[in-house]
Amino acid sequence: MGEIEQMKKEAEALKTQIEAARKAVHDTDMASAASGVAPAPRVQLKTRRTLKGHLAKIYAMHWSTDNRLMVSASQDGKLLIWDSHSGNKVNAVPLKSSWVMTCAYAPSGNLVASGGLDNMCTVYNLKTPVIKTVKELDAHTGYLSCARFLSDTEVLTASGDTTCALWDLETGKQKTVFLNHVGDCMCLSLSPDMNSFVSGACDSLAKLWDIRDGQCKQTFLGHTSDINAISFYPGGNAIITGSDDCTCKMYDLRADQEVISYQDAALNSGVTSLALSMSGRLIFAGYDDFNCNIWDSLKGEKVGVLSGHDNRVSCTGVPPDGMCVCTGSWDSFLKIWN
Amino acid sequence: SLETLLALLTQDARRENSPNMEDVIGRMQDEKNGIPIRTVKSFLSKIPSVFSGCHFVLGLLKTPLFVPLVEALHLGTLMAAHGYFFPISDHVLTLKDDGTFYRFQTPYFWPSNCWEPENTDYAVYLCKRTMQNKARLELADYEAESLARLQRAFARKWEFIFMQAEAQAKVDKKRDKIERKILDSQERAFWDVHRPVPGCVNTTEVDIKKSSRMKNPHKTRKSVYGLQNDIRSHSPTHTPAPETKQPTEEELREQIKFWQAQLDRHRLKMSKVAESLLSYTEQYSDYDPFLSTPDPSNPWISDDTTLWEMEASKEPGQTRVRRWGFGIDEVLKDPVGREQFLKFLESEFSSENLRFWLAVQELKRRPIREVPTRVQEIWEEFLAPGAPSAINVDSKSYDKTTQNVKDPGRYAFEDAQEHIYKLMKSDSYSRFIRSSAYQELLQAKKKVKHLKQFDVSHKNCNIVKYYYNLK
Repeated sequence: MGEIEQMKKEAEALKTQIEAARKAVHDTDMASAASGVAPAPRVQLKTRRTLKGHLAKIYAMHWSTDNRLMVSASQDGKLLIWDSHSGNKVNAVPLKSSWVMTCAYAPSGNLVASGGLDNMCTVYNLKTPVIKTVKELDAHTGYLSCARFLSDTEVLTASGDTTCALWDLETGKQKTVFLNHVGDCMCLSLSPDMNSFVSGACDSLAKLWDIRDGQCKQTFLGHTSDINAISFYPGGNAIITGSDDCTCKMYDLRADQEVISYQDAALNSGVTSLALSMSGRLIFAGYDDFNCNIWDSLKGEKVGVLSGHDNRVSCTGVPPDGMCVCTGSWDSFLKIWN
Repeated sequence: SLETLLALLTQDARRENSPNMEDVIGRMQDEKNGIPIRTVKSFLSKIPSVFSGCHFVLGLLKTPLFVPLVEALHLGTLMAAHGYFFPISDHVLTLKDDGTFYRFQTPYFWPSNCWEPENTDYAVYLCKRTMQNKARLELADYEAESLARLQRAFARKWEFIFMQAEAQAKVDKKRDKIERKILDSQERAFWDVHRPVPGCVNTTEVDIKKSSRMKNPHKTRKSVYGLQNDIRSHSPTHTPAPETKQPTEEELREQIKFWQAQLDRHRLKMSKVAESLLSYTEQYSDYDPFLSTPDPSNPWISDDTTLWEMEASKEPGQTRVRRWGFGIDEVLKDPVGREQFLKFLESEFSSENLRFWLAVQELKRRPIREVPTRVQEIWEEFLAPGAPSAINVDSKSYDKTTQNVKDPGRYAFEDAQEHIYKLMKSDSYSRFIRSSAYQELLQAKKKVKHLKQFDVSHKNCNIVKYYYNLK
């Protein structure tokens, strides 16, 4: 017993030393450093499209790499593929389980995936004459909160069983399991170079993982509740997280710590989702209180609000070319803004 | 925000100097200073205990909430949506600032009691409604559908549910007529909150990702009607949270190793990091459609898809070419950039590095069964002794790769690829950016009908090349 106590003490001591090392490089904070930067323009966005078609809460959406198509998932048990510019529904995929929590579009545009309380990630081929289920990735022991394609052959998943996994679509098996979180994994984001990814979990930690060796490379502390949303900053050197503690935070990978926190005393609802504008300057964060707030990522100030949904904003997404932002809501609508 | 205000009001704990819902409603119901609550005559019957919407709005203004008039209606609607009062002739829980009649909800059913009623309760309720012979209690379509669904789901327990419903209906019959009217309406309003009419927002609903962890200990798991534990169903969204266990010695050893590695990381100064982030955002702000107007126009605003057509074409525009100058990653991630880079290197007979890099990227996308063959091919082409497109890799990476190739996987060439990437970044890429080929692309005029260049061959007296840039 003495051995275990000693080791616990050692681990704690190391953590304290890490905090000290982080403080040692904290010679300024982002807000001060950005004081000389011109403020971001006051953002007043208009709804350009309202996509109607789902019959129940929308839980997730994901843009295709072509900047026009997108997939959305709803508790009405359907995945809808939209040509969002024309507003047309290109495809509808009926789901076996209506308790869906996530959806994803493959970079090639050939495949989409969904998953949720069924603990599985189901992959569908959009290019066959009739949409077919390609694989059911079944090994997680908890709900599937997020899925992302690396290519037509590999998928990354985050699960309520506290693990993330890399799957080979050919065999349908897990190639790598990423173990380190002690709470349900709620979200993940791929790095621009696709060699690593970050995950956010209910243990209030964000972690950086190397896809190739399966190791957790860095852990980011600071949030005091579940991290529901996470995204890489465009350059790949920083990440933004959104949490039930009503704040969003930026962590820099090189400084290994929190760089700025986006919060407001008047904001008392949790962050459900977030997306970044193409330069990273603007953060679009969806909250429980039916709004989406727009933050200046460098100065830490709120620069706008998107209000127009009649219920919680559950998902947000900016297409790769950054031309607009999409919000999906429990009110069953998707809106495109810019 | 009003939602915040409402959240504060529904808290159980009393905050210092801050009114809670009991205070607010208590004030409104006060006989002397509250809003007028009365019985209204209607056709052949009386409608007991109602107040009108406009009086409620006025009443809100008098409470210590200091809500301005313009927000009183919104706050009142939120209170209705959460079930503190309800319209007597409708099931859409909003507040109208007119003569529409409303009734207060009984405290037993208030959301501050943190109810999470289960389907067994709902089943008892709907079943009871069918037993009462009043036109006003007739089930709506969605309720009849729910009842049918519940009967199927609880087929084995139905006898018990039926008995409960019967018992409650009996008790109700004994009540005073007026009392029954009020209680029936309050019970129905409770269910309008927890099982809303289709199309209405359910304010009690929790994200399924959260509810499946049963994290909120404050939610009351007891039955609204006092049904026993063994009868209640298990919702598909409720799974018990796993117990946290003590770490083993092995796990602790791993943890220590992990934290030691974390401690040993090199950390960059915040000032440097901030500088880098600022310059990145600065550099890309011209390309961010939220900060700079796209050229020719944003397809979402103008409905003109020219911008997308230009992106898809093989002829890169000036802004796109300029972006390649930001760094090697920009060239590598743009298919047209890759093409131009490759073309330039081929003209210099030094394309093997880029071709290797591209081949390794492509390898990582291959199906697993094709990987071993492909690894062999790449090895033969670029790294084996006497390879036709031999690349120069440091000895350490070379040895490691030689080993990897014996047991080939997707990441067999990671070390070599990283080395080649660094070489390209410092050498080939900078030459490309300085090349006349790149500079010409950068100087390209706008898309206009334009005779760019023509050459007359002395041999054939033909026009060999001329370009039109067409809109």
